[in-house]
Amino acid sequence: MSASPTITPGVTSGPGSDFSDVTGSDAALRRFLHGLPGVDQVGAEARAAALGTRSIKTTAKEFAIDLAIRMVDLTTLEGADTAGKVRALAAKAMLPDPADQTCPSTAAVCVYPDLVAVAKQTLGESGVHVAAVATAFPSGRAALDIKLADTRDAVEAGADEIDMVIDRGAFLSGHYRQVYDEIVAVREACGSAHLKVIFETGELQTYDNVRRASWLAMMAGAHFIKTSTGKVQPAATLPVTLVMLEAVRDFREATGRMVGVKPAGGIRTSKDAIKYLVMVNEVAGPDWLDPDWFRFGASTLLNDLLMQRTKMTTGRYSGPDYFTLD
Amino acid sequence: MSNRIDVRKTYKLYIGGAFPRSESGRSYEVLDPKGRFLANASLASRKDARDAVVAARKAFGGWSGRTSYNRAQVVYRIAEVLESRRAQLEQELRDSEGVSASKARDYVDLAVDRLVWYAGWADKLTQVVGNANPVAGPFFNLSTPEPSGVIAVIAPKGPLLGLVSVLAPVIVTGNTAVVVASEEHPLPAITLAEIMATADVPGGVVNILTGTRAELAPGLAAHMDVNGIDLTGIDDPALALSLEQAAADNLKRVRRPAAEDLLATPSLSRMTAFLETKTVWHPIGV
Repeated sequence: MSASPTITPGVTSGPGSDFSDVTGSDAALRRFLHGLPGVDQVGAEARAAALGTRSIKTTAKEFAIDLAIRMVDLTTLEGADTAGKVRALAAKAMLPDPADQTCPSTAAVCVYPDLVAVAKQTLGESGVHVAAVATAFPSGRAALDIKLADTRDAVEAGADEIDMVIDRGAFLSGHYRQVYDEIVAVREACGSAHLKVIFETGELQTYDNVRRASWLAMMAGAHFIKTSTGKVQPAATLPVTLVMLEAVRDFREATGRMVGVKPAGGIRTSKDAIKYLVMVNEVAGPDWLDPDWFRFGASTLLNDLLMQRTKMTTGRYSGPDYFTLD
Repeated sequence: MSNRIDVRKTYKLYIGGAFPRSESGRSYEVLDPKGRFLANASLASRKDARDAVVAARKAFGGWSGRTSYNRAQVVYRIAEVLESRRAQLEQELRDSEGVSASKARDYVDLAVDRLVWYAGWADKLTQVVGNANPVAGPFFNLSTPEPSGVIAVIAPKGPLLGLVSVLAPVIVTGNTAVVVASEEHPLPAITLAEIMATADVPGGVVNILTGTRAELAPGLAAHMDVNGIDLTGIDDPALALSLEQAAADNLKRVRRPAAEDLLATPSLSRMTAFLETKTVWHPIGV
């Protein structure tokens, strides 16, 4: 029981299809985005809730917890961030549980652009990526050249991944072409760095808009689509992520290109994380169960995952006293 | 003859200020002394115990940060509300334990009085067990008792007086509690929980689980986020020993089971067992 049909009108199937016919003008882009099938809100929420009731225990839980740790983008995006805090966070990303060397490291550390160099220096060749939020995060209210300069700065400082925010004002006023062009420009400025596009779904109002934004970003060349900045409530929710997972699934069916998904903000417990993983497997498919294709933007989630992991290995419940405050 | 259908009460757990069923969905039959069915009580699982610890930890900051005077007011309020619902509790004691009406009245009297007694100690204990220490230097040196954190309490068989006697001393000093109620007589414990829920006790300060000690106690004893455990209700010496060993891993404060006359006026030991002493040095004249 899927919340929406997979058929997407107006897209020629098969690998390598380009979207020049639909992205050529504002009108064509609007015709395409508004031609996407609407999201059945009740159905999407019911499906997300139903998938959240699966019982994941023992070895499956062990697998899920380790996978979730490997998918975490350990994030600190505070005005009060210091170089010391970023170094501590980077150290934690490399070795989340100092008491257990078998614990995998996280996927990335996510910081503001000015702290990229600090994070990069600490992480070195550990394989943990540095992600930087750019383009006047979190509001996205700046001129395009400032956004591009912000992006280039972060890339030059060594960022492997760029998290950009879309211009929600332009999106909500229907200026899809402007949003599209901005994503394309930032993608160019990224060079070899991967681009994650943040929609701030809490400001997009409807699931239909989330689906449109997903297609818009994917057509513009995003490597990842991301729900939220974490600065606006509601942040990531299961139904919103469900809609985005359906979009990446349909996009691969239509074009053969795979796009990753990153829910961010509000995911605090292992149980929540496991619900997301179940949904990834059921909606997008097992191909997405990989840190290259699915990430969690989180900070407190990691400690809960570590506590659950400790419970699985030692048999006793752990407590926050035994993990770093960050 | 009335055709009205009985409205029977479901006895649930008390976790984080709410009354959830056991997450396991299990329940067990509670019988009176003659073996007749009284009610179904929730059979709490280890997961419920874990949830209760999380709730207690969350409540600890706020509760321990209140003034001791305010904590006294809250505990006194429990006594007030208990007094106003004494008829219900007396009936429950008679049903579950089979005691006489006068005995039930005595137990409720004692439970109310015990709450008042402990409430009075809240803002006086520091003067008795704290100290201004004389030191060889120009310093104020002050030792003050501080609450330990989350305390697991295995309540004794006595359904009301026993529970009040082990619970009040733990919370009045600022700790939060996860209580495993009397396995044999869980119903008055849940009624007491309803009293506390309406007596300004913040959610999570007291959490009451009904179920088997053998299932719930080991998880609580081994839990790294529990700071102390009161084993009063454990009557099996082998189990008590294994619980003490499990509790040693994070240096929990342990109160061992020991014979105790609950009818007599208590000592301070139940309060001091779950306090730690903080000593502060402060230069004189600064």
